[in-house]
Amino acid sequence: MPEILTVSQVTLYIKRLLENDGVLQQVWVGGEISNFTLHSSGHMYFTLKDETSRLRAVMFWRENQSLKFRPYDGLEVIVSGRIGVYPKSGEYQLYVDFMEVAGMGSLYLAFEQLKERLAQEGLFAPERKKPIPRLPRKIGVITSSTGAAVRDIIKILHRRHARVNILVIPAQVQGETAPASLVAALQAAGRLPDLDLVIIGRGGGSAEELWAFNDEGVARAIAACPHPVISAVGHETDFTIADLVADLRAPTPSGAAELSVPEVDELRNRIKLCTDNLNALFSRLCARKRAQIERLAFHPVLRHPDRVILARRQQVDEGKEELVDRMLAALEERRKELRRKMEQLAMVNPLAVLNRGYSLCFRETDGRLVREAAEVARGDFLRITFRRGRLRTVVEEVEEEVTT
Amino acid sequence: MSEKITEKTFEEALARLEFIIAELEKGELNLDESLKLFEEGIALARHCNAKLDEAQGKVELLLGIEDGVAKTTTFQPEEESV
Repeated sequence: MPEILTVSQVTLYIKRLLENDGVLQQVWVGGEISNFTLHSSGHMYFTLKDETSRLRAVMFWRENQSLKFRPYDGLEVIVSGRIGVYPKSGEYQLYVDFMEVAGMGSLYLAFEQLKERLAQEGLFAPERKKPIPRLPRKIGVITSSTGAAVRDIIKILHRRHARVNILVIPAQVQGETAPASLVAALQAAGRLPDLDLVIIGRGGGSAEELWAFNDEGVARAIAACPHPVISAVGHETDFTIADLVADLRAPTPSGAAELSVPEVDELRNRIKLCTDNLNALFSRLCARKRAQIERLAFHPVLRHPDRVILARRQQVDEGKEELVDRMLAALEERRKELRRKMEQLAMVNPLAVLNRGYSLCFRETDGRLVREAAEVARGDFLRITFRRGRLRTVVEEVEEEVTT
Repeated sequence: MSEKITEKTFEEALARLEFIIAELEKGELNLDESLKLFEEGIALARHCNAKLDEAQGKVELLLGIEDGVAKTTTFQPEEESV
């Protein structure tokens, strides 16, 4: 009777066999990832495959924490680990403790993946970029306090604007602790309200040396910084995540310094030009207005006011003459009228005849007007009245028939 | 002139100054308006220069922040090693 083993005994036997094999306990495997799942526990389950075979694999949370990139189906990887047996399912699998991307490299993949994720979150969006102030008073410079970058930045800032204040916020810019150090510096800068602008950067280096500037935490700290941030990492061609999330990217630390302050001499010239323009415009306006005033002041009316009076006086004189003439004429008219009336009156005045040389003759006895010679007799006394005076006379002879 | 000149940023003041000059160059304003703009322009130019003189050119190194106050020391970058 052969010995009958339980399932557990067989499984345990296989487990021991496999797990005591020197080759299988430290193995490097290359393959393509498929059926990748990230469990809510943080563990990663997937299958490695090639053209003919498949190998189940697991990478626990503790190990996959150090992964910079996120594995996905179809990705060619090289992993290391040990083969173990999972008794519950009776399956052997590869327990992965290290994973590297085959071909392009893990760092590159991590970079691309982080870039895509942050882009999707909108961290690089142009509309969230803060404007760079044209004339900052105080600039925070986050970089190594001993590198060439800080020296270059200070030199150029002060060459362009000697009076700008600079606060160096020291940080490690490479190595394991650099991301945390940069994040701390960014947070410190954020707590200083008198900063107008922050420059974060370092001089050029290898991709590994610049890697801290591709760190997600650094990218988020730049995005969260309340001040405008200019990134200045490396030399010209190196683009980092920090560059993408910063409000402005400068190719070098020197470039950042040039972008953050204007040439103050140039600005002063511009202001002087403005002031000169203003003064010239002012003089021109004054001259124009003065000319206007002079033109008015030399107007004949203002220059010879007496002429106006003379002219008016002449008018008055003329008026007066006319008035007198008219009055005289009117008087003359009245006078003529009067004379005419008087003549008419004279015509009817009995005494008027006296003027024409006639005289009146009255009888002295009764004072009657003598019209005919027969009314008197010889020896009668007569009174004869002339235009002026009268006389008393005596009739010597009466001639009745005489006509005159 | 809704806001005070001294509250303007350098950019705003310079932009306004250049606008004023353009306006005056057109010569379409009456004397009172022109004089008002001249006065403002001179004040703006003065303000711009004051802004340029505001900072002192200090270089400091941040040592830490205590109770929201920055602890600093004067900073002198190391000379270039040849």
